[in-house]
Amino acid sequence: MSDIKKLVLIVDDDHDYLEQMKLQVEHFGFETITASSRSEGEKMLSTTRPDLAIFDLMMETQDSGFVLAYKAKKMYPDMPVIIATAATAETGITFKVETEEDKNWIKADLYLEKGIRGDQLHREINKLLKI
Amino acid sequence: MEKLKVLIVDDEPGIRSGIERILRNYTIGFPFLDEDFSYEMIEAATGEEALDIINKGHVDIILLDNKLPGIQGIEVLEEVNKMKLDAAVMMITSYASLDIAVKATNFGAFNFVPKPFTPQELKAAIESISKHLFLKRMTKRMNKEGKQIRFQFLSVLSHELKSPLNAIEGYLKIMQDKQVGDSIDDYMAMIDRSLIRIKGMRGLIMDLLDLTKLESGKKNRELKKIDLAEIARLAIHTIEPLAIQRNVKVHFDADEDLVFTADTEEIEIIFNNLLSNAVKYNKENGEIHFNIKKKSTAIVIKVEDTGIGISEENMSRLFQEFTRIKTDKTRDISGSGLGLSIMKKLVVLYGGTVDVQSTPDIGTTFTVTLPL
Repeated sequence: MSDIKKLVLIVDDDHDYLEQMKLQVEHFGFETITASSRSEGEKMLSTTRPDLAIFDLMMETQDSGFVLAYKAKKMYPDMPVIIATAATAETGITFKVETEEDKNWIKADLYLEKGIRGDQLHREINKLLKI
Repeated sequence: MEKLKVLIVDDEPGIRSGIERILRNYTIGFPFLDEDFSYEMIEAATGEEALDIINKGHVDIILLDNKLPGIQGIEVLEEVNKMKLDAAVMMITSYASLDIAVKATNFGAFNFVPKPFTPQELKAAIESISKHLFLKRMTKRMNKEGKQIRFQFLSVLSHELKSPLNAIEGYLKIMQDKQVGDSIDDYMAMIDRSLIRIKGMRGLIMDLLDLTKLESGKKNRELKKIDLAEIARLAIHTIEPLAIQRNVKVHFDADEDLVFTADTEEIEIIFNNLLSNAVKYNKENGEIHFNIKKKSTAIVIKVEDTGIGISEENMSRLFQEFTRIKTDKTRDISGSGLGLSIMKKLVVLYGGTVDVQSTPDIGTTFTVTLPL
């Protein structure tokens, strides 16, 4: 790994989830910046280019995460984006970003269920950052 | 103009063409309907032919003769009933016996027209059957929409109930793995946050119970003459610990003789909601002006705060269930998102209104008017 720590942007409107994710990601050895809404996340992206971003899905609206992912990818096409949500457990709706068609409308590289184990999350982040 | 399809099932061609002539240019309007109904006729000479037409396409009204050459009208009715058609059936028969009437009613016929009938009789029967059909469809649609709204409510509710559980579970896992240190003191902030989330969840459940009682109409209401000023003082007393914590000062002013016929608990919920919002969304060292005035036709309750205010954009969503205005200023304020929705429902029970005036960063004023 290079000397400079990779920077991860985490956006979630649940204060506690944000804290926990931040703690976890810092534990993996990354730097973090956080925002608690889509608009705040957008503002942060306009001045900073993180190495990776993790967005909650339901924030101001039910699809804030998708919108933010779309805007983030427009600004930085190469930045990996993870959408993390508890939507499947709650609504039974599943999202995947595996096929080309999915990737066309969900501008994210990975879709994660909240509550994923730390080591799994670490592995997924490393994979996306090609570490 | 909505066209209803009428299937005429009769073996006598004269009856079929007679009905066709009567209904061809007939239209009906109802005061509760924007559109008039008109009719388009399809003819069938036998029960078999009728079933064939029904299977192939949609019909709204079936005029059914009982005495047919092949299968009888009653049997057609039985089939129609089995198919659970979205149609209304009217029997036309010259052999109107009690036996057939009972049988047909059991199989879901809407009514009877005895043969021979005058054009006026037929039109009257068609009018009532159209109204019946319309109301039946309307009810069905409203039930369906009601279910839809219920489903949305439940999915948002489950989200609101699960988020605190997820948060607490997350903290417990961190503690289990001793991720930030070996001493319990290293985890105090997490324990505090967990307790806050549990408190929020309990509040949500209490609010939810209030809302359910209100909506089911099963809440036991005990209407009696009560002194609003007394309940107001009680509400101020209840909110005091929170107000002291945030150093918010509550000024109270009430007119004389504020006797009002109401349910004590409901008025308490209204006052508690108004005050707790005024404290929660206030600034540190802020103020609240709570006053109750007696006008000639109404009691006017005003709660004015010096808080963060509500933007115009968020104002329209204010009374919706589970709406919590999410900005960085409201992030650490706990709430179920049901309080204002409950309060408004209660005020409406008294024929009252709720008015909101707000300027971001200056403050918000809620005005509740309860007619005397």
